[in-house]
Amino acid sequence: MVPLSWYLILSGILFSLGVLGFLLKRNIITIFMSIELMLNAVNLTFVAFANYWNTHVAPGQQIIPLSGQIFVFFVMVVAAAEAAVGLAIIIAVFRTRETLNVDRVNLLKL
Amino acid sequence: MTKNLHLWVIPVLPLIGAAINGLLGRRFKNTMVSAIALLFTAASFAWAVWAVWSVWPGSGVALPYIEMLGPWISAGTFSAPFGFQLDQLSMIMVLVVTGVGFLIHIYSVGYMAHEGGYYRFFSYLNLFMFFMLTLVLANNYLLMFVGWEGVGLASYLLIGFFFLKDSAADAGKKAFIVNRIGDFAFLIGMFLLIQHLGTLTFAGDTGVFAQISKYSTDTGWGWITITALCLMFGATGKSAQVPLYVWLPDAMEGPTPVSALIHAATMVTAGIYMIARSHAIFNLAPHALEIVAIIGCITAIFAATMGLTQTDIKRVLAYSTVSQLGYMFLACGVAAYSAGIFHLMTHSFFKALLFLGAGSVIHAVGGEQDMRRMGGLRKLIPVTFWVVTIATIAIAGIPPFAGFFSKDEILGAVFHSPYGGPVIWGIGVLTAGLTSFYMFRLWFMTFFGELKLGSVDLGEEAHAANAPAQAAHGSASHSHGHADDHSHGHGGVHESPWVMLAPLVILAVLSFVGGWVGVPQFMRGHNEIEHFLAPVMQSGPSVAGEAVSDKDATTSHAGEATPENTGEEWLLAGTSVAAALIGLFFAYLFYYKSPELPERITSKMHGIYMMVLHKYYVDEGYGAIFVKPLLALSTVVLWRGVDQGVIDGLVNGAGTASRGVGNELRQMQSGNIRSYAAWVAIGGAAIVAYMIWLGVTR
Repeated sequence: MVPLSWYLILSGILFSLGVLGFLLKRNIITIFMSIELMLNAVNLTFVAFANYWNTHVAPGQQIIPLSGQIFVFFVMVVAAAEAAVGLAIIIAVFRTRETLNVDRVNLLKL
Repeated sequence: MTKNLHLWVIPVLPLIGAAINGLLGRRFKNTMVSAIALLFTAASFAWAVWAVWSVWPGSGVALPYIEMLGPWISAGTFSAPFGFQLDQLSMIMVLVVTGVGFLIHIYSVGYMAHEGGYYRFFSYLNLFMFFMLTLVLANNYLLMFVGWEGVGLASYLLIGFFFLKDSAADAGKKAFIVNRIGDFAFLIGMFLLIQHLGTLTFAGDTGVFAQISKYSTDTGWGWITITALCLMFGATGKSAQVPLYVWLPDAMEGPTPVSALIHAATMVTAGIYMIARSHAIFNLAPHALEIVAIIGCITAIFAATMGLTQTDIKRVLAYSTVSQLGYMFLACGVAAYSAGIFHLMTHSFFKALLFLGAGSVIHAVGGEQDMRRMGGLRKLIPVTFWVVTIATIAIAGIPPFAGFFSKDEILGAVFHSPYGGPVIWGIGVLTAGLTSFYMFRLWFMTFFGELKLGSVDLGEEAHAANAPAQAAHGSASHSHGHADDHSHGHGGVHESPWVMLAPLVILAVLSFVGGWVGVPQFMRGHNEIEHFLAPVMQSGPSVAGEAVSDKDATTSHAGEATPENTGEEWLLAGTSVAAALIGLFFAYLFYYKSPELPERITSKMHGIYMMVLHKYYVDEGYGAIFVKPLLALSTVVLWRGVDQGVIDGLVNGAGTASRGVGNELRQMQSGNIRSYAAWVAIGGAAIVAYMIWLGVTR
């Protein structure tokens, strides 16, 4: 059986890759994919912990079965909604500015 | 038998007059304004006479008659009520204030007829009456203090009546500020009384005097002495004693009736009244009494010498007032309170008369105040001449005029008192001589010789000595901005109208007969005033161990002379009369017989003369010692340092600091999404690191 720590390390690597991609890439599409990567890294930790606690029940401990997996479904739903809205925004930005480079989209400055 | 006298009506009547004239007077005609002012003052006088008559000893009303109107301040066990008190002492004061005040109101109708701000003047004058009556009728120190401050306010308003003139406005401020210094000490004195006795009420079983009589004499410097000294210092401010007398001569910037009413007859005597009222405290504090006597003595002689060289007729009278107040202080200092109050009464008659007479003279010569430009007025204004003559004789202390009896009473008491003694008595007699000299100097210079109006070139000296007065004459002659400007086309010297002369004549009669209520026993009199006041001043000073000799002193200065010291009394009285006559003789010699003599003497003693002419440089000294350093301290430390540096620095610093911080933080909002993301990532990393640290250290 694969130990929990492996899952967590993998999850950490994926999350870090997501963060770095988010920070370093300039293309909005890539940044968007980095966000998905971070979300899925988190999903991985959720299911890993869920599985771990289901198989390592301490005596007298009450657990709610499948709670971790349910959370993952929530995250997926939100991510899907976010992808829909986010892609729509990206298309709108591209139509007005004809670029996907975030450094050119700096209107958040006062 | 209980009567309700409604004492509160006495002060409230002038207050109503002040309110009507003050609020609506601008629209009234002058006759209407004066009618209102006179009506309410006269009603107040009448009510006072009726009230005094109702409780006159023998009427069956127990004195002091106390009227409680209700609570005013109560905090914990301390309470100060709205209460009025009428006893022998406040009877005299009330009658003097309302009586003389009423006469001066009448006089003012004529005197102020051509001045601007007529309604304002009468409103202030009535307001003054209200506060002064509150002061003398109050049954506790706190209410008395209300009146005390109120008369200070009225005095300020009236000194600065011609407020367009800088010297008048400055004199008003000076009077107010100098008085504040004394008031501060008065407050401390009251706090001490509250701390030790828990009350400020005069009479009654729990009152200050009943409680304090249980204490033994404070021969050292205990709290009773300190309290007495604080009260005394308060009195030096109001009654213009050394070291706080400097405001009174400058107060002559006010209209002459004001000088007569406030700065001669009534307000300045408030300090004397307060000390007499507090005699129970002072009697227990021999050191304080000693200091009161010394201060009175110094003031009397000091002010008298300054009066010698003044040439402004009102300033001579001002210094004379200071000097006479010194006499009253001296009387209080030797525990002869009745004598002090007696002199207060007679002084208010003849000094008010002198001031009003001087006003009449100024009126006659068209606003001139310098005596060197006067002269020969005897024939031109005969009524004024005669009343001023009576007042001059009265103040000089020549029998049988009023001043003689009261002054003799004081000097006799000083001679016998353990706090006085022959030295202080000698100074008092010398002062009497000087008083007589400068008063007859005024008299000769004004009424004899030749009229020199506008023909005398007054040298530089005059400008130096009488700077404010001279400046006044140089200033605009707008009726609003010029004190005592009566040069309004009457043409030539003229006698004042009867509305001004009538009060003069009444006061002259009072100055003549006023002393007869205090004819001492060695002159086969009964000294009624002493016996009248005796119930209030029941106890003389009872210094431990000296009680017996003191008792002798009190009884002998009470005029109950035993046969063996009758001769001595005659001798003392004779000496003071002789001093007065010598003063008269020298004044006659210098200013009538050979007018060139003073010139010769002053040129020989130039240094001393200049020093006296400049009033011993006291004003300059105060300026250098107190005013300038205080101004410098305020400017450099308090204004530039504390206010501009610390307070403004804190406020501006807070602003500058937040602006700087904001300027730095502004850089973070670059609009670059990735840098925002980096900040979020750093923040998230910091939180994670913190939580790890929490987990590790647990």
